[in-house]
Amino acid sequence: MTVNEPASTLDTDIMEVNMGPQHPSTHGVLRLKLKIDGETVVGCEPIIGYLHRGTEKLCESLSYPMVEPITDRLDYVCAMSENLGYMGAVEKLCGISVPERADFVRVIMVELNRIASHLLWLGTHALDIGAMTVFLYCFREREMILDLFEEFCGARLTYNAFRIGGLLEDLPPGWTGRCRQFLKVYPACQKEYEDLLTKNRIWLKRTKGIGVISGEEAVEIGLTGPSLRGSGVGYDVRKAHPYSVYKRFEFDVPTGENGDTYDRYLVRMEEMRQSLRIIEQALDTLPEGPIRAKVPNWLKPLKGEVYHSVESPRGEQGFYIVSDGTDKPYRMRFRGPSFANLQALPQLCVGHLVADVVALIGTLDIVLGDVDR
Amino acid sequence: MGLIEGRFEPNILISTVDKLFNWARKSALWPMTFGLACCAIEMMAAGASRFDMDRFGAGVFRASPRQADLMIVAGTPTEKMGPVIKRLYDQMPEPKWVISMGACATCGGPFPTYSTMQGVDRIIPVDIYIPGCPPRPESLLYGVLKLQDKIDRMTIAKRTA
Repeated sequence: MTVNEPASTLDTDIMEVNMGPQHPSTHGVLRLKLKIDGETVVGCEPIIGYLHRGTEKLCESLSYPMVEPITDRLDYVCAMSENLGYMGAVEKLCGISVPERADFVRVIMVELNRIASHLLWLGTHALDIGAMTVFLYCFREREMILDLFEEFCGARLTYNAFRIGGLLEDLPPGWTGRCRQFLKVYPACQKEYEDLLTKNRIWLKRTKGIGVISGEEAVEIGLTGPSLRGSGVGYDVRKAHPYSVYKRFEFDVPTGENGDTYDRYLVRMEEMRQSLRIIEQALDTLPEGPIRAKVPNWLKPLKGEVYHSVESPRGEQGFYIVSDGTDKPYRMRFRGPSFANLQALPQLCVGHLVADVVALIGTLDIVLGDVDR
Repeated sequence: MGLIEGRFEPNILISTVDKLFNWARKSALWPMTFGLACCAIEMMAAGASRFDMDRFGAGVFRASPRQADLMIVAGTPTEKMGPVIKRLYDQMPEPKWVISMGACATCGGPFPTYSTMQGVDRIIPVDIYIPGCPPRPESLLYGVLKLQDKIDRMTIAKRTA
């Protein structure tokens, strides 16, 4: 053997490694069967179901209002979006129209929750890649949002905030002022994160060109949300199929160009700014009036089926309900964005290093409660 | 602790050794990062800026069970996850403690279904139960403090029947 022989003749065996279900950066209980050749991933198979709680079956034994707390626990990082989606589906099924004020408050809450969710994503994503500081900063601002939620509905994480036909209670006195205070403080905070990350050389090395997926491929797999928009496809349920009162607000749908981890990061950062814009407009034009439509206590929709989807921070969150005319749903199906987004992972992983898998799980922003249901 | 534990009758010397051991054990609880579901987010919040679990010596979250002595079961244990939880618990070195955080880990919570384990205490022994769905970070801190009280009462002396 000569010294100058190329390194490629040094063969390594392909090895199968388990990542998870208990792993600090799988964001829950995801298990990945990785096939690795040295440090390079050649195959990846996600194994899910470690958090399968049987929610869809459980909903068949609950009456319509009782399902709402269960939707909180599907995608627990953005429970407001889940609430809104479920409420929308039931209201569509029963033909209930929601008072304007309730709709506005809902939109404010959902957009605040979008910021909170993206902050959690940013913190954990950066933590996984190795930037510890950002995590602490993000949680500092997230607590400000959670304080607002707590004042409104009493909960920090699982809100159960809306009711069929409107809201349970109006905004507490002085809430809008405190919300405006947050809107004033927040942009400077976001600049802080961007100063830490956007031009950071380590961050660029770990995210640029990692996990590239083209727009067509992303659509084929069924990606939605920021993971899709990072690839340049501007599909946003809020624009494509406007629900609630989103038609009245001006906001942009940011898209990326390269479809890599860095672009998806930029998209989410921009989305937070757009959410601020929506909240500001909603606070400015918040109408007075009733907060709940007249809804019978014992809700019995007519026979039929309905599908309603909303744009959760992770993508298109759909609710499909089949009613057989009784007070309980005959069939309930949740279309979780994380479940569809997770399908892209095997394709994204191949060819990258094991350390990048952590970044790729982070960039897809999956929540296992939403994947496994 | 196999060398001296349970070998001596309770006496005045033992009580001094106990004090030292218990002080050491309770002031540096190393929890394992073991988030299963929603409660994990609150567990993270408890470790982050505002609540700062480090104040009570329990903030060094370890990813490996072999480095941890406290397992905070935060979230819904399912039937599929059960064997994994059991194995991770077995991998932790003695002495070890378990906090069952939230309604799901305590009794199945809002999920009385075919796939949810109705309480993590069916497979591993639990020291502290924290109610709530999910419990607030303050509750978790209170749970950790209660566990410290419990550790304070431990002894290496022989147990009298």
